[in-house]
Amino acid sequence: MLRFTLKRIGLSFVTLFLVALIVFFMTHILPGDLARQTLGRDALEESVKQFNIKNGFDKPLLTQFFIWITNLLQGDLGVSLRYGNSVSELLAKPAIKSAQLAIVSLFIIVPISVFGGVIAAMRRGKFTDRLITIGGLSAAVIPEFVWSVILILAFGVSFRIFPVSAFPAAGTGTFFNSIYHLIMPSTALLLVLFGYISRITRAGVVEALESDYMRTAVLKGHSRGSAVLRHVLRNALLPTIAVIASQIPYLVGGLVAVELVFAYPGFGTLLLGAVNARDFSVLQTAVLLTGAVIIFFQLIADLLFAVLNPRIRQRVTE
Amino acid sequence: MTATPTAKTDAATQKTIFRERLAVLRKNKTFVIGVAVLVFWILCAIFGKWIARYEINQMDFKATRSAPSGKYWFGTDSLGQDVFSRVIIGSRLIVIMAFSATALGTLVGTSLGLVAGYFKGWFDTILMRFLEAISAIPVIIIALLAIAAVGRSSTIITILIIGFIFSPNIARTVRAAVLGEAEFEYVAAAKLRTERTPHILFREILPNVLPPLIVEFTVRLGYAIFAVATLSFLGAGVEAGSPDWGTQVAETWSLIFGNTWWPTLFPALAIASLAVSVNLISDGLLEVFEL
Repeated sequence: MLRFTLKRIGLSFVTLFLVALIVFFMTHILPGDLARQTLGRDALEESVKQFNIKNGFDKPLLTQFFIWITNLLQGDLGVSLRYGNSVSELLAKPAIKSAQLAIVSLFIIVPISVFGGVIAAMRRGKFTDRLITIGGLSAAVIPEFVWSVILILAFGVSFRIFPVSAFPAAGTGTFFNSIYHLIMPSTALLLVLFGYISRITRAGVVEALESDYMRTAVLKGHSRGSAVLRHVLRNALLPTIAVIASQIPYLVGGLVAVELVFAYPGFGTLLLGAVNARDFSVLQTAVLLTGAVIIFFQLIADLLFAVLNPRIRQRVTE
Repeated sequence: MTATPTAKTDAATQKTIFRERLAVLRKNKTFVIGVAVLVFWILCAIFGKWIARYEINQMDFKATRSAPSGKYWFGTDSLGQDVFSRVIIGSRLIVIMAFSATALGTLVGTSLGLVAGYFKGWFDTILMRFLEAISAIPVIIIALLAIAAVGRSSTIITILIIGFIFSPNIARTVRAAVLGEAEFEYVAAAKLRTERTPHILFREILPNVLPPLIVEFTVRLGYAIFAVATLSFLGAGVEAGSPDWGTQVAETWSLIFGNTWWPTLFPALAIASLAVSVNLISDGLLEVFEL
């Protein structure tokens, strides 16, 4: 297991390095003049030149790349091209805000999706099963912003059950009130992720239901329901957790649109702001950090899988 | 010479298999609904001008934000533009963009996947590492970065970006299928006949990996619709002011707080129906191909 873990961590670093490479070269190779985009189309030749020298854009690309990486490794995330303040300062608060939203979302998404998957598996082939699987996957292909707008219309405007903004008004930001404000945005994310997670749970439970230990449990006198609770869930849940970790990219990608609709000052809002302001030093680092977070969770997912299934361990170390 | 008759029987059996699959699909209600909805939107994309009841930018200043009525079926927006006509004509951009991006991704991805799966070795290893790196960044975020770097939003650029971002996933599917196929005798036989490699890849192996490729195409098409709509909503996918569903939602959704829901809800439902229709199709295909 140790050899596998080390090897898997090594691979994660390779992937992270490649992400950095892709992000950097995408920003610099694609047509589009960074200086002109920052300073405006009518900027003087002289100020463009100065801007490039000041930010090191006159150096060869590879040198620029390694300067960027070295600074990052030393904890220096650079300076915003637009506002001049440090990127780490700009990123910190929104990142925490988004993490809060993501955590609240996961607390809503995971139990509901797992429950849906268990129900679908127990009623396999019946109408409920088809409703959950087809309905879940259909909901998953509808973009978050469409769900957000529909949710706001339904529960924020027509029936005023939930607030239409994800951020409580100043002075009312108590713990529960903050969570209350996050329920609608979380529901938008739930609708997109429910289908994938419940499908995996369903598959795990279906497999477990057909297993020998399940038959033994029923023969021992357990009802089907209690056998599922006591035996099946334990076996079906861990792969589900691993899959949830692999869904993190979709969750993070969904944050951009959801935060915009619900006026939530998180990472997605910051990212979108950097796109609109063409603030590339912020953008580059923010995208790389997104990649790092996702790679981290995928690593966790893979390690979890490996703990569960020694055969995977073998395949990677060979 | 003995190879010819077997090849013919193969073609005959394949035709039967195809017919059987078609029969199964025709009985699959959700698949048929999916096809119907998708065909409807494709027809709107092509003939929208004739279905729409008003010009796309025709403004009726006496009837701004008017609720759905006999005159304006889906109501009007704050400029007095007919929402129904804008939804019908708005199908064009998203249908064209999603199909072109998926086609581009399939073309690039299939070529990469065929080569990687067939030759393996260093090309395969490097490619797979890069694919993993690209899929570590959410599609929307990497697309936003690319659009920002190019410096302007345009239909073509969005198509290119989404196409290239999707190619890794398609490459992965094709590669996995090729790895399975390359073991078969027909590939060895083709090699013995000293067929050229492109011939082996595209004429021998490709037809046999078509089922997973077709399913992957429909799955990607669904994601392309998702991505195109989201990017337009974020103001990055298409030229400003385009009659596109995502843009329409972005331009009008603040009106819903004043209970003017129709300019937003109808394009939003249009996006949902298009995305779901493609999903129902890929779901049906997945079932008949038994993947």
